[in-house]
Parts: sequence; C-alpha cells; structure tokens
Amino acid sequence: MTFDTNAFLIILTGALIAISCGFLGVFLLLRKMSMTGDAISHAVLPGIVIGFFVSGSQRSLEVIIGAGLLGILSTLMIDALRKKAKVQLDASIGITFTLLFAIGIILINLFAYKVDLDQECVLYGEIAYLPIDLWITPSGINLGPRVTWLAGLNFFLVTGFIYLLFKELSLTSFDEHFSSAIGIPAKGVNLALMSMVSYTTVSSFESVGAILVVALLVVPPSTAYLWTKSLIPLLRLTAGLGILIAILGYYLAYWIDSSIAGMMVAVAGAFFFCSALIKGNWPLGIGGTSKSSPAFDS
Amino acid sequence: MEDFLYFFTFQDPSITWVVMGITLLGIGSAYVGTFSFLDKKALLGDAISHAVLPGICLGFVLAGEKDPRYIVTGAFLSGALATFLSSWLKQNTKLSEDSIIASILSIFFGIGIVALTALQKSGNPEIAGLNSFIFGNAIGIAEADLFLYGGLSLAILLVLSLFLKEFRLMVFDPGFGKAIGFPMKGIRFIFNVLLILAVVIGIQAIGVVLMAALLITPGAAARFWTDRLQPLLLLAAFFSILSGILGTYVSFVVPQMPTGPWVVVFLSLIALISFIFSPKSGIIKRFIARRSYLNKTHRDHLMKALFKAREVNQGSMTLEEIYALYPFHKKEIAHSLQLLTRQGLVIQDSQGVQLSSLGTSDAMRIVRLHRLWEVYLNEFMNIAPDHVHESAEQMEHLLTPELEALLEQRLNYPALDPHQETIPRESHDL
Repeated sequence: MTFDTNAFLIILTGALIAISCGFLGVFLLLRKMSMTGDAISHAVLPGIVIGFFVSGSQRSLEVIIGAGLLGILSTLMIDALRKKAKVQLDASIGITFTLLFAIGIILINLFAYKVDLDQECVLYGEIAYLPIDLWITPSGINLGPRVTWLAGLNFFLVTGFIYLLFKELSLTSFDEHFSSAIGIPAKGVNLALMSMVSYTTVSSFESVGAILVVALLVVPPSTAYLWTKSLIPLLRLTAGLGILIAILGYYLAYWIDSSIAGMMVAVAGAFFFCSALIKGNWPLGIGGTSKSSPAFDS
Repeated sequence: MEDFLYFFTFQDPSITWVVMGITLLGIGSAYVGTFSFLDKKALLGDAISHAVLPGICLGFVLAGEKDPRYIVTGAFLSGALATFLSSWLKQNTKLSEDSIIASILSIFFGIGIVALTALQKSGNPEIAGLNSFIFGNAIGIAEADLFLYGGLSLAILLVLSLFLKEFRLMVFDPGFGKAIGFPMKGIRFIFNVLLILAVVIGIQAIGVVLMAALLITPGAAARFWTDRLQPLLLLAAFFSILSGILGTYVSFVVPQMPTGPWVVVFLSLIALISFIFSPKSGIIKRFIARRSYLNKTHRDHLMKALFKAREVNQGSMTLEEIYALYPFHKKEIAHSLQLLTRQGLVIQDSQGVQLSSLGTSDAMRIVRLHRLWEVYLNEFMNIAPDHVHESAEQMEHLLTPELEALLEQRLNYPALDPHQETIPRESHDL
C-alpha cells in the first residue's frame, strides 16, 4: 500500500472521470434517462471502431467524432422507434443498443487483422497502464500521462457545459413543457446532453471501458439521490462520491490485484447498497424509519 | 455454397447439436422475453444478463474448472440476487425503475469484471473459456453441455405452457387475477425464476451483453404482426430460431467470428423489417393511412366550402376565394381540386369553381353530417351551441352511413342545426 506518483495519477484520472460522468448522470437521472445513458455507452462502439479503422490510431479525433455521431444516432434511433414505430420505450432502448453493440463487435472482428483494438480493452479498459502511456511533444518534452490530460479536458468541458447551460438543463429536466413554453429548445438541450454523454464515454473508454462508464454515469448519482433531492447538493455529493470511489477503488484493486475500473464500480456499488439500506423504507416493525407511515387525512 | 450445403444438410453431427441447442434456447428466451416485453419490464432481462457474470466466476472458482453445472448454478444465484435487489429497491426507495436497473446492471457487471480479472491474473489455463460468456460462442457448446441447456429450455417451455393462463393474467391484469384468487406474487416469482433460467442458458450462445436482444427483440418484432398471445409467442419463437440458425451459420463460415453479434444483427433486421413493413401497424402502413385520411379531410373541406357558397346563392367560387379560406393548406387544396375535377364532382370554368350535380349530393352529405352531429351534441350532450362546431369538424369525416341513419332516427329528422342553419337532404330543393 504505497502512495507514489503513479498511484496519484491513477486516482486523479479515475476521480476526474467519475466526477464528469457523475455530473452528466445527475441530469440523466432527473430525466429518467439512466438507461439511455447505458444504451449510449454500448452504442458508441461501432463509432470507435470505424474511427479507429479510418485513422489507424486509438487516440485520434476521428474516434471521438465517430463515437459522438453514433451516440447521437442511438438517441435518435431510440426516439424514432418510440415515436415513429410506436415501440415501447424499454424495448426501443434494448433493440437499439444491442444492434449497435453487435455491429461494433462484428466490425472489431472484421478489421481484426488491421486494427489492434482489443474488444476486452474497449469493454472494460485498463487504467493501470496509464502511467506508461505518456504524452511526449515532438520536441521531446514529457508532459505526463496522455489519459490524464484527456480526462482533465473532459472534466473541464463537462463542468463548463453544465455551468453554461445550468438553467436550461435544470429547467428541461424538471418541467419540459414549461421550458418549451418560455422558449428553451428542449430537444436541442437534450441532444447536447446526449452528445456530452457520448463524448465522455469515448474519452473514458480507454481507461475505464465503455461498459463501466455507465456505472459511473448511474450509480453515484443514484446513491446521492437517496440522500438529497435538491440539485446543488446532489451534484456536490456526486462529486464527493466520485473522489472516494477512485481512492478506495484503486487501493482495493491494488490489494487483490484486479481491475481498477471494475473495483471502482464495486466500491460505488457498496456505497449504493449501504445508502439504500439506510435510507430505504423498511417494512413496519423492522426498522421503524418508515417515511410512508399511513396518513390520517383522508 | 459448399459451406452452405455442408451446414444445412447437417452432415456434421456437431452442427446438428449446435443448431438444436440454439433452437431450444432461442424458443425458451423468446417465450419468456415476450412475456416480459408485454409486462413492460423488458430491461430487467438486460440487468439480469449482466448480473450473472459474478455468479459465473464464483461457479468457476468453486468447481476449479469450467463445469457447466456449477456455472449455471452460480449464474442463477447471482441473477436471482439481482432480481431480488431490484424489486426490493423499487419498493423501498424513491429511485425510479430505470435508474435501479441501470445501477444493478453496472454494479454486478463491475464486480464480475473484478472477479474475472483476478481469475485471469491467477494464471489458471481453464480461464480462457470464461471469456466466451461475455460474447457468447454457440459453436463452442459441447455435446455434454447441450443436455443441460436443452433440458432447462424444455423445462422453461413446459412451465410456460402449463401456466399460460396465470402468466397471461400477470401480464395483462394482475389486479383482476388477485381479485379472483390467484396467488399473483407466487406467479411472478415463478416467472422471475424462468426469466433468470432463460438468461443463464442463453448467454452460452450470445453472451451477457447482447442477451437482452434475445429476450426483447423477437417479442417486439412479432408484436407488429399479431394482437393475439399465442400467435405472438409462436412468431417470436420462429424469429428467434431463424436468426439463431443464420447467426450460427455465419460464425461457422467466417473464422474467428463470434455467434452472438450475428444473431443479434439478424434479429434486429427482422425487427426493423417488421416495424417498417408490417401491414397491421408498420410505419409505411400508418403513413399511408394518415395521408389518405388527411387527403379526405382536405377534400371534404373543399366540398363543404363549395356547398356553402351555393347555399348563399353565390353559385361558384374563384380560386382566390377558396385559397383564402385555407391559407395554410394551399398545396393540399389544389391537389384535391384537381382530383375532384377529374372525378367529375367539381366543374371549373371561367367564372370559377362549382359543384357538379354528382358533387352536390356528396357535399350535401358532409354538411348534413356536420350539422346532425352539432344537433346531437346540443340536444343529447347538453353542449352549448357555440361549442359544438369543433367536434363536428372532426366527426364529419368519420361518421358512417349506418351512424348517419341512427342519428337521423334518434334526432327525429331535424330541419335546423343549433346555429339555425338548414340541414340539407336530398329531397330538399336548394
């Protein structure tokens, strides 16, 4: 159990990713769109593969653009299935993400001879290799791990996005009709949020993997939501949880020698279940903290 | 082509086994999935299929090798835990269903990844097989495993068919079922057990991530072809088998290609075709129906305007006058005008547009329906005369001759509508 530069960098990166995801996740949670976030994180896979194939590198702009486009495409497809084809929402989500994810896996296998893209790496990433992967400028100056810079940029963009569009995001989350009535383009705000989710997914997939991004999108906000209902405390608590998850996840994974990203999720899960146990309504007679005690006003 | 013949003539006994296996588990998951689709709980299956991963690892650790019995048991137990937790959270916290499902799914999957990575680093050579659970590998199903998976599939089918009535109640009207004395909680429990079993055996072929497709997509696609439960189940099973066999074929022909993704692609293709082309409620069908209804309303409005012009003894209307009445639908009105002229219902000459004698009786009917409906609303529904017009604007396109006769009879052939306008009839001289 040591604390050195590598540990610090990994924890910093993990915390940055967890906070970016958590902030976006709060708004997904309030819009009851957590499963859409899940769907996007699966659906960006073909975009990543195509971008990779076109540019030949995992760290190119094409990958981010491809994933962003696929993320938007998946929200549009879910919407089209629901509104145009009248398929119920849960089935639209299920059909969309499984199809796009399947295409992604097929593409990986088709291009396997050309593209060094490991499907396991895409799915659950490996944050532990981060200190080896350095960003070195053409003149030879070592600027530190590339992934940390990416996570920092992502964090900066996500907080900037939420800071600038805070009013629009909260209004459209709580009362879509009212926000449309006072002239906020609810659909546009929604698409912008979904693009941010896709961008965050793709920028984090190398380190925590496309599927584990969804855990960081959903679990810390849900945990925080069990404790508070107001928006600002919700965001603060989510950020705090993100930092805790990164620290504990790193050391526990180090201890049993396993996947750091997976352990971060397991820690998040532990927080989630403990919160649910404490804040959940126990049946009368066991806990006695039931908030839904029968009212006598009827 | 040779591959095709080799595959579909089942010369190779292992192909026969694989096809049999994928058929059985396809039917099982399509049946269970269709019920959970109708129950609007389609994504619970997705959560369960991600959640079995820790159980698979646990089963592996306990058995020390890839023993299907241990793995199925472990997977079942962790799937059951996930199901229990999600229903507990649903009842006892304020979280919404989708965030519960997304949380359970990702937490269990994360724990599974931790266990899988730890096992991989432990250096056991048998571990390589465990990866196939993530993406599925139908070709890799051994003959011995098949009896276990096939038997479980058959058990699922048997229970579902025996308790068809009970599950039907659970999906469509659990309140009624409870009222007439069915143990709805027990029925839901059995159903959840079946769902978890279907997931556990399905992931062999298709993998944990894509299992949701095998549950959701066949039912969603079949729903576009029928409204009845039994044909729905059969059709869903058929779609599932078809894409299962096609997917297996592709992964047999193309080396290094996993089965699961191809099964999902074929299933989704079937679903998309159903959504677009279904003659019952497909996108094209509904588009055409909507177009023809809109055309009818524009046509009806035009005829009505011409009839009213004649009522005030104006005879014919100029094109400008007509367009001024419908400033937002010029194109549609011009189109209907063309159509009506071709059908001989409307005459266009130098003075303008007017109804032909054939068109007059048609237009008269529309105006009559409109005014009859206004009388009906006013007299039978006690709606004030200044509120009846809007509803009549819609009903004039919909009332059938039978309803018209009934209205006439009920209202005793009224002469005037609530706005004191004459209700035109054939015998009536204009």
